[in-house]
Amino acid sequence: MYRIALQMLFGDRGKYLGIIVGIAMSSIIIIQQPSILLTMLSHTYSLITDISLPDIWVMDKKVRTSEDSRALLDTQLYRVRGIAGVEWAVPLYKGSLTVRLENGELERAIMLGLDDATLIGGPGIMVEGSLADLRMPDAVIVDEAGARGRLARQTGRPGEPGIPLRVGDTLEINEKRATVVGIAKATPTFQSQPILYTTYSRAKNYASSERKLLSFILARAKPGLDPEAVARRIAQDTDLAAYTADEFKRRSLDYMLHNSAMLMNFGFVVLVGFVVGTAVTGQIFYNFTLDNLRYFGVFKAMGATDRMLLGMILLQALLAGLMGFGIGSGVTAAFAASTWKGNEMKLEVGLPLLCASGLAVLLIVLAAAFFSARKVLRLEPAEVFKS
Amino acid sequence: METSATSPVVVCRGLTKTYGVGDTATRALRGVDLDVQPGELLMLVGPSGCGKTTLISVIAGILNQDRGSCTLFGQDLALLSPRERVLFRGRHIGFVFQAFNLVPCLTCLENIAVPLLINGVKRNEALRRAARHLDQVGLGDRLGTTPGQLSGGQQQRVAIARALAHDPGLVVCDEPTSALDHATGARVLDTLKSLAVRDNRAMVIVTHDSRIFPYADRIAHMDDGIILETSLKPETDARSCA
Ligand SMILES: Nc1ncnc2c1ncn2[C@@H]1O[C@H](COP(=O)(O)OP(=O)(O)OP(=O)(O)O)[C@@H](O)[C@H]1O
Ligand SMILES: [Mg+2]
Repeated sequence: MYRIALQMLFGDRGKYLGIIVGIAMSSIIIIQQPSILLTMLSHTYSLITDISLPDIWVMDKKVRTSEDSRALLDTQLYRVRGIAGVEWAVPLYKGSLTVRLENGELERAIMLGLDDATLIGGPGIMVEGSLADLRMPDAVIVDEAGARGRLARQTGRPGEPGIPLRVGDTLEINEKRATVVGIAKATPTFQSQPILYTTYSRAKNYASSERKLLSFILARAKPGLDPEAVARRIAQDTDLAAYTADEFKRRSLDYMLHNSAMLMNFGFVVLVGFVVGTAVTGQIFYNFTLDNLRYFGVFKAMGATDRMLLGMILLQALLAGLMGFGIGSGVTAAFAASTWKGNEMKLEVGLPLLCASGLAVLLIVLAAAFFSARKVLRLEPAEVFKS
Repeated sequence: METSATSPVVVCRGLTKTYGVGDTATRALRGVDLDVQPGELLMLVGPSGCGKTTLISVIAGILNQDRGSCTLFGQDLALLSPRERVLFRGRHIGFVFQAFNLVPCLTCLENIAVPLLINGVKRNEALRRAARHLDQVGLGDRLGTTPGQLSGGQQQRVAIARALAHDPGLVVCDEPTSALDHATGARVLDTLKSLAVRDNRAMVIVTHDSRIFPYADRIAHMDDGIILETSLKPETDARSCA
């Protein structure tokens, strides 16, 4: 009878396509929307993710996210270095500057000034050049997305992509010369601004209008010590805020979630999409069973047990759900891959999200199967004689 | 459950059935006594709403009576658990409906195999036996056809093959010919009767169609929830009506 159940599902090609396409579309909504949201959210703390070496971030108490920064006194760095349990501590400058391109156009960019001695906080993956080249005069490293995107040299012809910035090209920052010595991979920031890496002392030079430059102190706990405890101690002994990297990520995320109206709205849309997607999926399958109710009734009169009918409906639901979800997730991934141009946020359809949305589709087809089955099991077999 | 060839297939005593409660209650059966013998074709006739469908539903074990008893092949249905009753139906009863009720996306062969599959027969064996039954109703060349491609009479013959596929001792039919024209209906009845009688089955056929009365061995006249009288069919030859 299970084979019969499959034939009922696949038998009417029009109806079957309707079910599969319907579930696939719902799956697309269920997968894609949250993945856009999650991708956006993960970019709220991309700086913390990219700088992986330090396990403690020290900052002004008023700083809410890794996207904003408030200057500290340089002396604070020495205080942190002096606290017991701190293995090392280095300065990080993070600021927003205006870059003048070769053709005279201006672009905002984020500048990260790294500790001169260790270059801690630098990009993890270099596409061209090396991190050590930052020690050359006027050296800056540009992130790949920025080099290809906003900092690219415009050809002047509209619609044509610019020529990417390359090693050896020069820029002007606050009327000071900067030479590109490397191109690096970095997770784009939330605002998708280009990122320029340079040394801390040179950043001082570029940002000469700012009085204080120390944005974050990056520290590491001594081996064997709990970074959380060390962070607490730093916070106690200075009047600064200190978080472990994970705490800081969570804080950034929380702040963005609660304070960005755009994110809130988008989150709401995602939720609505999810509910609509699941409801549509359930409805489609429920209707399918209703269409076949008469035949289930006939089977019932002819001696099919409840267990058998339940098995048939479950099989139909699981198969329809699986195929719809498979097609939906495939289409989503293919679409994301085909639209990504390499210079903005990449849509990440991660495994956890796939599992979660797969689970949602599974739950919804099971729920639909439950209601369908209830309808079938409650069916009076005597109804079969009614025409 | 052993039944000798002479003991009745169906024994109903004092069956009552009321639908609904209070002002809207309908007394569909008001004390029905009825026996059906093996190899007998009994027709149940009477005006619309007199309780014919209700009665064969109880006889077929798909509806519970309020009072009275209904015994099939010596088994009182009321003594079976719901699950046992379902399995009992599957094994002993064949159904023919007015609207055929063939599953449209299955082939004729697969439709006929359904009662066998329900009874746990393996698919290949079920299809093999279904083919034999399709042949017996004269549609042996339509194995892979779906019901939608057949005429009404052909569909009903497929439905008859399905009702007989698992070799049930009792076949119940509700208005099997009322969706068919007279000549087609007569051919369907021919098929039904020849197959039923041959295997010593009992048949209960509800009908409005007086033109098929001659096929009956016995006719039970119902009105208002009771059986008024049962008459043996006149000895005139059924074939002359066909
Ligand atoms: N499920 C039900 N709920 C309520 N009343 C019902 C139900 N089924 C049948 N009835 C009523 O019970 C009575 C007998 O119905 P039944 O279907 O047995 O009659 P019938 O002789 O088969 O009629 P017909 O020739 O029109 O098919 C009718 O008055 C009908 O309206
Ligand atoms: Mg009726």
